Amino acid sequence: MATEKEQKPELPPVSEWAPALALSWLVPGGGHLLLKRTGRGLLLMASVTSMFLCGLMMRGAMFQPQSGDFLTTLINTGGFIGDLASGILYLMTVWLGYNQPDVAGAVHDYGTKFLVTAGLLNILAMVDAFEIAVRRKD
Amino acid sequence: MPKMNLSHFEAAFLFSLFTSVVLGVVTKRNDRDRLHYGVYTFICFLIALFGLGWLMYFGHG
Repeated sequence: MATEKEQKPELPPVSEWAPALALSWLVPGGGHLLLKRTGRGLLLMASVTSMFLCGLMMRGAMFQPQSGDFLTTLINTGGFIGDLASGILYLMTVWLGYNQPDVAGAVHDYGTKFLVTAGLLNILAMVDAFEIAVRRKD
Repeated sequence: MPKMNLSHFEAAFLFSLFTSVVLGVVTKRNDRDRLHYGVYTFICFLIALFGLGWLMYFGHG
């Protein structure tokens, strides 16, 4: 019976993976492009950006962190983190004033979900870029 | 900014497509597996979409 714990390989220095991780957040797919995974980077960029733009064109709303009861805090703060994870897409939308007020309607509601999901998918892309940068994955 | 008016099906279809591409790209370790997993995820989304659609239809009576 094996009693020894499996030892994880040590992380390379921060300077090796931080630029890819940061670029991956700022520009969806950018971390993969920096790490010379061009095809995958372009696919991620196209998917996340298209999803975000569809959300904007469906007049989806951006979340703002709010406090109150547990559910309100969870939904609004979680939604805000999801929106923020889209990087430059979120920042440009806010800076250029394209964020919409929250209005009732099925299409707007889908739009809001598209915006949050674009950010969540970008978090998956960031994790993937990190794993490639630390050589846990090709 | 142009406005996009999609039906429930169109919106859910696009959602499935973009999500499947990302899941396929980040999950597996070679291109063949990535393609298979992306297609598999997309089909699962569509099955769930039609399944839940019919379920709601029959649920409403």
